[in-house]
Formats: sequence, C-alpha cells, structure tokens
Amino acid sequence: MTHLSIPKTYKLYIGGKFPRSESGRTYEVVSRTGAFVANAAKASRKDARDAVVAARAAQPGWASATGYNRGQVLYRIAELLEGRRAQFVEEITSTEGVTAAAAAKQVDAAIDAWVWYAGWADKYVQVAGNANAVSGPYFNISVPEPTGVVAIVAPADSSLLGLVSVVAPAIVSGNTVVVIASEAAPLSAISLAEVLATSDVPGGVVNILTGSAAEIAPWLASHADVNTLDLTGAEALDWVDLQIAAADTLKRVRTPGDFGASLDRVVGFTETKTVWHTKSLI
Amino acid sequence: MSFLEYAPAPESTAILNLKDSYGLFIDGEFVAGHGEPFATISPATEKHIAEIANADANDVDTAVRAARRAYDRTWSKLSGADRGKYLFRIARLVQERARELAVAESLDNGKPIKESRDVDIPLVAAWFFYYAGWADKLDYAGLGAAPRALGVAAQVIPWNFPLLMLAWKIAPALAAGNTVVLKPAETTPLSALLFAEILQQAELPAGVVNILTGAGDTGQALVQHPDVNKVAFTGSTAVGRAIAKSVAGTGKKLTLELGGKAANIVFDDAPIDQAIEGIVNGIFFNQGHVCCAGSRLLVQENIHDDVVERLKQRLSTLRLGDPLDKNTDIGAINSAEQLERIRELSDIGEAEGAERWTADCAIPENGFWFAPTIFDNVSTSSRIAREEIFGPVLSVLTFRTPAEAISKANNTPYGLSAGIWSDKGSKILAVADELKAGVIWANTFNRFDPASPFGGFKESGYGREGGRHGLAAYLQNSRLEPVETKGVRK
Repeated sequence: MTHLSIPKTYKLYIGGKFPRSESGRTYEVVSRTGAFVANAAKASRKDARDAVVAARAAQPGWASATGYNRGQVLYRIAELLEGRRAQFVEEITSTEGVTAAAAAKQVDAAIDAWVWYAGWADKYVQVAGNANAVSGPYFNISVPEPTGVVAIVAPADSSLLGLVSVVAPAIVSGNTVVVIASEAAPLSAISLAEVLATSDVPGGVVNILTGSAAEIAPWLASHADVNTLDLTGAEALDWVDLQIAAADTLKRVRTPGDFGASLDRVVGFTETKTVWHTKSLI
Repeated sequence: MSFLEYAPAPESTAILNLKDSYGLFIDGEFVAGHGEPFATISPATEKHIAEIANADANDVDTAVRAARRAYDRTWSKLSGADRGKYLFRIARLVQERARELAVAESLDNGKPIKESRDVDIPLVAAWFFYYAGWADKLDYAGLGAAPRALGVAAQVIPWNFPLLMLAWKIAPALAAGNTVVLKPAETTPLSALLFAEILQQAELPAGVVNILTGAGDTGQALVQHPDVNKVAFTGSTAVGRAIAKSVAGTGKKLTLELGGKAANIVFDDAPIDQAIEGIVNGIFFNQGHVCCAGSRLLVQENIHDDVVERLKQRLSTLRLGDPLDKNTDIGAINSAEQLERIRELSDIGEAEGAERWTADCAIPENGFWFAPTIFDNVSTSSRIAREEIFGPVLSVLTFRTPAEAISKANNTPYGLSAGIWSDKGSKILAVADELKAGVIWANTFNRFDPASPFGGFKESGYGREGGRHGLAAYLQNSRLEPVETKGVRK
C-alpha cells in the first residue's frame, strides 16, 4: 500500500499562533518551472498591524530576559533546525529550483548563523558599550539596548538563510520583529516558524508574514509603533518611498544590502543609553 | 525685590573686537554672500550687533566644492597625527580666547555669562581636545581596522548652545578625516564667525571647515546638496523629519539630535536639597532652551507639596536680567519668535487647567524675557506635558509607584534624556533600565562631557555625539565585510 501524502496548509505566524490571513486570501507558491507547490497565506494590512501588536506586547519581556537566556534560546533554534534539516532542504529545492546540495548548504549556513548570533547575546553589550572617563565625580557608562520593534523585509532569494540572517541579529539583543518572508519562496519561513514555536522563543518575539512585500511593507514603514525598519531584502521594492514613510516617526532604517553575518547587524538595531550617577565625596 | 540686593556686575564687552559686518567663511577666507544680509541682535536689548552675510544656493555650492577640494587634496592625505595637531591647536586657541568667546556668546544668545564662561566655552575646548586625541587612534574606535572618513559633512546647528554645538559637530568630523560645511543658527551666528578667525590663526588648511550663515533655506540647500556625504543636524523634530525624508535614498549618512520632553523623576527617598537644585538646573539652565531639559517633573505624591513649596522658594531667589551680569541666573529668551511660542504654550497650559505660578521678578523693558514658571497639577494629556516648550517652564505631575513613574516618563514620542532622584542605588539602576531615553542622569542633571555619548531614542533622533560612539557618525565601518558564516552569501 502506498501512503497518500498529506500536504501542509501554510499559514502566518503571529503572536506564537498560526492564523490564516484575516483577509481570507491565499496565493499559489510555484516551483521555478511553474508547477503548483502549495498555497500560502497572503497577509493583509490588518495582519501586519496584528503582528506589530504582538511584537510590541512581547518586547519588554524578551528584552528583560538575560543575555545568557536569549543565547540559549537562539542556540535551541539551531538544534531544532538541525533535526528538521531534510524538510527544509526539500522546501528550498521545490521553491527555489536549486539542487539538493545547494539547498543543504543553505540550511547548514542558516543553522550556523543561529549559533553565531546566539553567542553574541551576552557579549555584544561588552563590545558595543563602555565606561566613559568624564571630567567630574561621576560614574558614567554607555550600554546598547534594543530599539524595540523591528519590521523587516527579508531577502527574496536564499529564502531560509536570508530570513535567518535578518531575524537572528535583530532578536539577539532583545528586539522583537515582524518579518515579511520571501514572496516567491515562503514555505521554509513558515516551517521555520514551527521551529521557533517549539524552541522556547516566546510568542510574539518573531512574527512572520507571507504575501506581497510591496503591499505590506508600506504599512509597516509608516506604523507608529515600529521603531526600526530593516529593508535588507527590499531591493526590488520602491524602498526609497519606504524610507521616506519611515521618516515620519524617525525610525531607524537599514537600507537594502548584504545579509552576511556581522556584529554591525546586531549593534545596528540597538540604541546607546548613557547613565550618569554622582559619586559622593568621602 | 529679591532676597538680597546685588550691585550690577557686568562683564565688560571691551574684550570684543567685532567687525561691523561678517562675510561667509569659505575656503579659508571671508567672502561676500549672495543672499540678502541680515542683522544679528542682542536678545537682551534688541540692539544691533553686526550685519551677517546670507548664503544662497550658489554660495552653498561654492562652499561644498571647497570642502570637497580640501578633502581630496589636503585633509584626506594628512596623517591622523597631523589632523590631531590641528585640533589640539584649535582647543588651545579656544582656551586662550575663552573670555572673548563667552562674552560674544552671551551677547548674541542671551545666556548668562556665568553659563557661557563656565559651561559652554570650557566644554568647547574640551570637545576639541578630546577628539584631537582620537584622530590618530581610529583603529581603536570599534569600527574595525582603518575605518574610512565619509567625505564632506553638512552640519546644521541650533541657537541654544551656538559654539558648543559647533564643537560637537566639527571636532569629531575633523578627527575622523572629513571636511565640513557648517551652518550656525540665524539668530546666533557670532561665535561661529569668531571661531572662523580661530581657524585662520590655527592655520587650518583652507576649505577644511567652511561656515555659512543664513536661515532655513540655506540649511536646506546645504543638506540637499548632492556632493555631501554626511548630514548632521541638531534642532527641532519637525525639521529633522523633513531632513530624514530629503536624504532618503541618497546614501548620505544621517545623524539627528532633535527635541525632547524629559521626565525628571523624584522619589520620596531622594536627597531633597540636591534634588531641588537639580530640578532647577534641569529646567532653568540656559532659560530652558535645552533639548534635554527636565521639563516634566514627576514627583512622588507624598512629597509633592514639600517639593513644590521648596521649588517656589528657590526660584524666588533666581536673578533674571542682563546676560552679561556675573550674578545673572536667568538670561534672555533667544528671540521674539521663541518668546511667543513659550507664551502661547503657557497660556494653553493655563487654559487646560494647570495651576500656574510665576516667580516674582522684574522684567527688563527691552529684549525678550520670560520669568521662571511652574505649572502644577498638569494632566498627562495637557499640551504642556507633551510638547517641547523650550523655555523656563516646568510642568509638575505626580506618581505613586515606580511602575507609574516609568510609564509616565516613557509616555512621549521623545526619548532624549531623563533624571532619577533617589538615595537607593538599586532603585535607580532598575528604573534607569526601564526608561526609554539616551541619557539618564541619576542624582544630577544636565551634565555634558566630550567622553560621554549624547543622543536620543525614538523621535529624539538617531546617532550619538560625544565619546567613542560619536566617532561612528563620521566613519565608515571597515568591518562591514561580513565575518564567518561559511556558505551562501548574497
């Protein structure tokens, strides 16, 4: 007897849950040759706003977790991703049209990126902050803190590695994110959501939207409760308009570009806070 | 009548050797501007000080070209050590001419001489001295080995700390290897023009720093000039927004230091005498023309009456008047426009139900003045609790628990600074963790130092000025090349 396969329904990931788009819309994900692979949820403006609400609600708790704790949570993601390697290879192969070897290399790099960023969780503060020798009887220290809620347009190609490469550095410092996955190859993003949901990442820390980045990104760029806009994967969009929209609430903006792992990506989503305290005369 | 009569003790203006008119400082020389010249006046007397050239778009272009030429041919070829030596020279010249600069600043800006003499100008010298030492140590700035300068920096500064803001902008820019075109505020160009003379005395190569006087349209032409690599602006959030929009997509690096509505939180276990002085310094320093001013006093409910009573007593001893008088605590409001805005918002505060109290002091006949004012029982929704007044006006609100204080403090789109007063260290550190502000002063307020990064969260802008972090605003990270992760890269 052959087993009749059970195709997966791909949904959104918002606040730790897997809702369909409130709009009821889906779109067809196809292979490079045009063959039907799956339906994916086509997120709406309302979904994007729900995701920001979830991200904001989760942010203080995630930021107040210790760096050691956040590091372990990120490392746990790598562990679970490793265990589900085959599934990701298959999804990447079917949607990106690459060989299984290339897909495997991408999954390995994504796993390694989680491990690399996990290690920064309790170290980036030491590297990006410092004590300041001011001219007076004051204790004075500068430390980086997360900016808050980061809205991200993930790279369109390298669907899993691109997504991991923009999400991991944003959350490692205590930000929460709303990320628009690769439109053409969203399957690995939703499967990554399943990994996140089972790896101690609190609900709402990572929210993943699938659908049209061109349609959703403007709502996130202008949303007053988003602190930072990462346009790394927005090269093909009208990203200057997004940057202009973001200026209304003076969001920090990262313009389109490379997604290679770097400490700059971690520090770029932080704010420097400087605290002065008097020293008494003894 | 104040509690003690003091004889007038004005600082002499004889030390000043001002010209009748000043040109634009381009390529090492003072040259005529092509816009309609304007007068700069003393806000304390409304008397004419000097005629100031007005840079039009062509002048802006000339200055940017001069800065580009100086960058390509001179400044980028100098060693870091030599750039540093020029900055050290500037620091020393500022120290040598400190009193003259202080008098000019108080004359043109209206701030008390004891502030320009003891705070502004010493910090200007300190800023140049601090960044001078960085010029040959950029490898250690945390931006990878051999970080690169950006090129030409366009800098637009406000009128509240004219020469200090100039130093905050120019010192790190030059240390990092950039050249500069700077526009001082329309109402306070004088000290920047004296600074241009200092640059000539320091024999800074021509074109490395260019100073353009003018109004908003000059600033706009400067930040929008296509050959500018970096834009740095300190001023209002509204203008900051417009600049952020205008540089979108251009690749120009941008730092913004904008408005604030800082909470100054006083717990019932605070050292009250120090806190009273800190509250006064927090909002009445520089007539409240301070973006990080502690304009919202959050006082724990059980000590509210005592704190407000003591504040009123203390404010009654402040001397308002001639900025050049050494005993003056509160100087003149910088301009008629600013005075009008302070009056308007104060009237709104009263209309919205807050209790207004104003110190009883004589207001000089001429000039722009506003007596220290406290609004009590201010509701969180009132405009005087939400909008930056930028004047000597304090809004008092109360809280019962630390959680309520934090939530009220953070209830603003701004995030520049905050103050915490308590004798309990663990409480201070816990509250400091929760405040969304770039600078937090605990048991002190309005402290500035070149080694200490300054800048805001949220709509107070982005980027930091001061310290190692301040260098990052003027350098390209040589470490941007990705590290590690084997395998696929875009």
